[in-house]
Amino acid sequence: MKVTFSVNGTSRTVDVPADMPLLWILRDMLDLKGTKYGCGIAQCGACTVHVNGRADRACQIPASALQGRRVTTIEGLSADASHPLQRAWQELDVPQCGYCQAGQIMQAAELLANTPKPTDEDIDAAMYGNLCRCATYVRIREGIHRAAVIAAAGQEG
Amino acid sequence: MDATRTTPDAPGTPTRFDRRDFLRVTSLAGGGLLLGTWLDFGAVGALGAAEVADEFMPNAFIRIAPNGAITIMAKNPEVGQGVKTMLPMLIAEELDVPWESITIEQAMSDESKYGRQVAGGSTATPTNWEPLRRAGAAGRAMMVAAAAQTLGVPEAELTTDGGAVHHHASRRRLTYGELAAKAATLTPPNLANVTLKDPKTFKIIGKSKSGVDNRKIVTGQPLYGIDVTVPGMLYAVFEKAPVFGAKVASANVDEVGRLPGVKKAFVVQGGTELSGLLGGVAIVADTWWAARSARRRLRVTWAEHPTSAQSSAAFAARAKELMAGAPQQTVRNDGDVNAAFAAAAAVVEAEYDYPFLAHASLEPQNCTAHFANGKMEIWAPTQNPQPGRQLVASTLGIDAKDIAIHIVRGGGGFGRRLNNDYMVEAAWIAREAGAPVKLVWTREDDTQHDFYRPAGFHKLKGAVNAAGKLTAWQNHFVTFGEGQRFAPAASIGPTEFPYAYIPNFSFGVSTMPLGVPTGFLRAPTSNAIAFVFQSFIDELAHAARRDPVQFRLDLLAQVSTEPATPERAATPVVAERMRGVLELVAEKSGWGKRTLPPGTGMGVGMHYSHRGYFAEVVEATVSKSGEVKVTKVWVAGDVGSQIINPTGAIQQVQGSVLDGLGNALRQEITIEGGRTVESNFDEFELLRITEAPPVEVHFRITDHPPTGMGEPALPPVIPALTNAIFAVTGKRVRSLPLSRHDLSWG
Repeated sequence: MKVTFSVNGTSRTVDVPADMPLLWILRDMLDLKGTKYGCGIAQCGACTVHVNGRADRACQIPASALQGRRVTTIEGLSADASHPLQRAWQELDVPQCGYCQAGQIMQAAELLANTPKPTDEDIDAAMYGNLCRCATYVRIREGIHRAAVIAAAGQEG
Repeated sequence: MDATRTTPDAPGTPTRFDRRDFLRVTSLAGGGLLLGTWLDFGAVGALGAAEVADEFMPNAFIRIAPNGAITIMAKNPEVGQGVKTMLPMLIAEELDVPWESITIEQAMSDESKYGRQVAGGSTATPTNWEPLRRAGAAGRAMMVAAAAQTLGVPEAELTTDGGAVHHHASRRRLTYGELAAKAATLTPPNLANVTLKDPKTFKIIGKSKSGVDNRKIVTGQPLYGIDVTVPGMLYAVFEKAPVFGAKVASANVDEVGRLPGVKKAFVVQGGTELSGLLGGVAIVADTWWAARSARRRLRVTWAEHPTSAQSSAAFAARAKELMAGAPQQTVRNDGDVNAAFAAAAAVVEAEYDYPFLAHASLEPQNCTAHFANGKMEIWAPTQNPQPGRQLVASTLGIDAKDIAIHIVRGGGGFGRRLNNDYMVEAAWIAREAGAPVKLVWTREDDTQHDFYRPAGFHKLKGAVNAAGKLTAWQNHFVTFGEGQRFAPAASIGPTEFPYAYIPNFSFGVSTMPLGVPTGFLRAPTSNAIAFVFQSFIDELAHAARRDPVQFRLDLLAQVSTEPATPERAATPVVAERMRGVLELVAEKSGWGKRTLPPGTGMGVGMHYSHRGYFAEVVEATVSKSGEVKVTKVWVAGDVGSQIINPTGAIQQVQGSVLDGLGNALRQEITIEGGRTVESNFDEFELLRITEAPPVEVHFRITDHPPTGMGEPALPPVIPALTNAIFAVTGKRVRSLPLSRHDLSWG
C-alpha cells in the first residue's frame, strides 16, 4: 500500500506491505538507522520515536496506521545535537554500547516536554519501558536531571 | 572513503596516503607482544634492535598529515566496554597531542598490523597499557628528532606540548604537521628504549574522556553492525533447528521462494560443530521485513537429533545423582578434610546451583557479507574477528587472505560476540545469494541460539573450629562435559579462591554430557562461583558466629605461605589486595556501624577475577511478602596504579554491578525437549531502571600495573545480594534466580 506521512518535518511516501512496521520503514526504506530493533514486541523501547508528539514504539505501528501521521526520530530531535538531552548525554558520557540510547533519549524527551523538572520517581516511571542491557540507568537518571538544568538555563538565557 | 560503499563510522576504510606525507610509527604489534600479557613485555622489549625492526608495520597506529591532522587507530572491537576511547588515550598521551585534536579510526581486522584484536577477558588494558604508550612515545621521539635536525639544536633542549615541539631558548615552535615529512624519513626508535612519561605528568590518562562515538550515538547516525548498508544489498533471515544442531529433513523452500519480495529461499546443510555453520533455511529478500514475513510461511521438518530429549530438569536430576556419589575426578586434595570435619566446632553442608543464562545483547546478532571475484568482504559486530576469519575460510573453502573483515561497533557483547556463528552464516548466505547480504536475527533467534552461560551444581561441606576460623572446605562440582573435556566455560580452575587459604581443601568434579552450546558470559565462571563460594563462606561465618566481613578478613590472613611446587601452585589471589578492597568497602558502606530498620539488610561479597580485586556491599529491603529491592550498592575495586579513563571505568563498574543484579533477580534459560524455552524479553527479563539502585564506586590505587574493567566488578554483587537477603529474612538462597524463591518472612 502507498502511505504518506511526515518524518522529521518532511513528507514521505512509501509503497510497502500494510503490516510493515514503522521501524523497518524508517530503517530500510528511508535509510534512517537511528531507530533500533531490539525485540519487535514493545518490550525494550529501542525503537522509540515520537508519533504526533507522543513517544511510541515504532515496531508496533504498521504502515496501515501511518497515513498523515507526524513522526519524529532521533535524527530529527535537533539539527545539530543541541537538544538538552543530546548535550547532557555527551557531557555525562551516558552511553556504553549506546544501542538503546536513541530510544532512551526519545522517551526522555517526552518526559521533559511534560515534566520539565522530573524527580527520580518521575524518571523511573517514564523510563520503565526502555531497557538498557549495559545498565547505564544510573547515568540515564543523571543525564535527564542534567538535561532539565540545561533546558531551564536555555529558557532563562 | 570508498565511494561505492557507506559503512558506519568508515570502519577501517583504507585511505590512500603518500608515503612521504605521513609519519609511520608502530608498536611491536605483530604476534607475540600483544598476544602476551603485561609480564611478557619485558621479554619482548629486551629483543635486539634488528628483531624489533622486523616487527615494524607502517601506519599501524598513528598517522600525522602535513596539515596537522592526527589519526589514531582504535585496534580492538568496541561493544560498549569503552576501548575505542581508552586505548587511543594511551597513544595520544605519550605522543603528547591534545585529545580534542585527534581523529579516532576503527581498525580493520589485521593481525599482522595490530596483533590480537579481541574484546574479551578484560585484557585490553593489561596487554596494551605499555605497548600502546610505547607506540605513542616513539612517535613523539621521532618528532623531537625531526625538530632537532630542522632547528639544528640538541634534542635535550626540546620539549613537546599541544602537538608541537618547542625550543624555548630560541622561542621557536614546530607543529607535528610541519615535522611530519621530515619525521617520515627517520628510522623509528627501538620501542624498548623509548622514554615513557612520568605518570605524574599525564595530561590525558586519568582524565575522563567521553566516548568517541557519543555524538553519533545521540544523533542516530549509522554506527552498528545492523546499520551497515552496501549498494545492491539484500536482507536475510535464517531459521535454524530449535534442537541445537538438528538438520533440515525437508522444507517448503519453493513455495517460500515465490512470496512477495523474496529473492531466494534455500536449505543450508551445515555441519555438526555447534560453534560453526549449522543447518537451516535461509530466506533472502529485498527488505528484511519481506524476509521476516516469508519466514512465517516457512514449514520445516527437522531430522531426528540425539539431544532432543535433554532438559534442564533432567540435568538437575542427574546432578543430584552425581553429587550423591564421589567425584569422578579429584582436582585437589590438600591436607585432610575429613580429620578437620571430625575436629570441627561446626560443620555446614549445602547444595548450590545456578541456571543457563543468555547474553541478550540488545543488538541482535547480525552480519553483512559480500562475495565477489573469489573474495569475501565482511562487516561484523564481532568481539573476536580473527577466529571468525578462520571459521569462514574453513567452512567456505576460501583462503583466509581473501577475507576482509571490517570490525563494526556492536550493540553490546558480554561475550556473545566472541563466537562468529552469525558471520559464517552471513558469508555462506551471501555467496549462495550472489549479492551482498545483511543477515539480521530476530530477538527470538538471538535468545534461542546463544552460547549460554552453563548451568552448574555444587555440593559443599565446610568446617569452622572453636576459634571461629575456617578449617576445611570440600566442593563437589557437577558440570557439563565428557571426562576431562569440559563444555566451553564449564570448568573451574584448580587455584580458584579459597584455594591456599584453607589448610584442608578438597575439590572434585563430575561431568554430564551436554548438547547445548555454551560460552563465555561476562566474568565467565566467576559470575557463577562467586555466588556459590561467597554465599557458602557467609554460611560458615554465621556458623562460626562471626561478622561476615571479619570472618573474611580472618580467612584472608590464613593464606598459605608454603612455596609453590609442581604439584601445588601458588594462589593468584594476593591477600593484601583483597583485604584492601574489603576494608575499604566496609568503611564506605558503614558496615556494622549503621542501625538498619527491620526489613533492611546488608550483605557482602568479594571476588578476584580478570586480574581485578572487588569487594561489594549490597543494602536491600525485603518486604514481608518477599519482594526484594536493592537500595544501594557500594563497590571497592583494586585494578592497579592507574584508572585510565575514570568516566569509562565507573560506567563499567556500575554496569557490571547492575548486570549481576539482573542475572540474579529473574534470569534463567530453560532447556526442554532439547531446545530453549525462552524467546524474547518478556520471558528472559533484563533489569529495568526501577530496579537499578545507586552504585557508589571507590578505587583503591595500588602499585600494580593497570588491569581491565569490563568484568571483575560483576561477580561479588550476586552473593552480596543473597547475603543481604539472608540478613533480612534468615532465608539462604542457594539456587538462582531469586524469582524461584518464596522470600516472605516474619
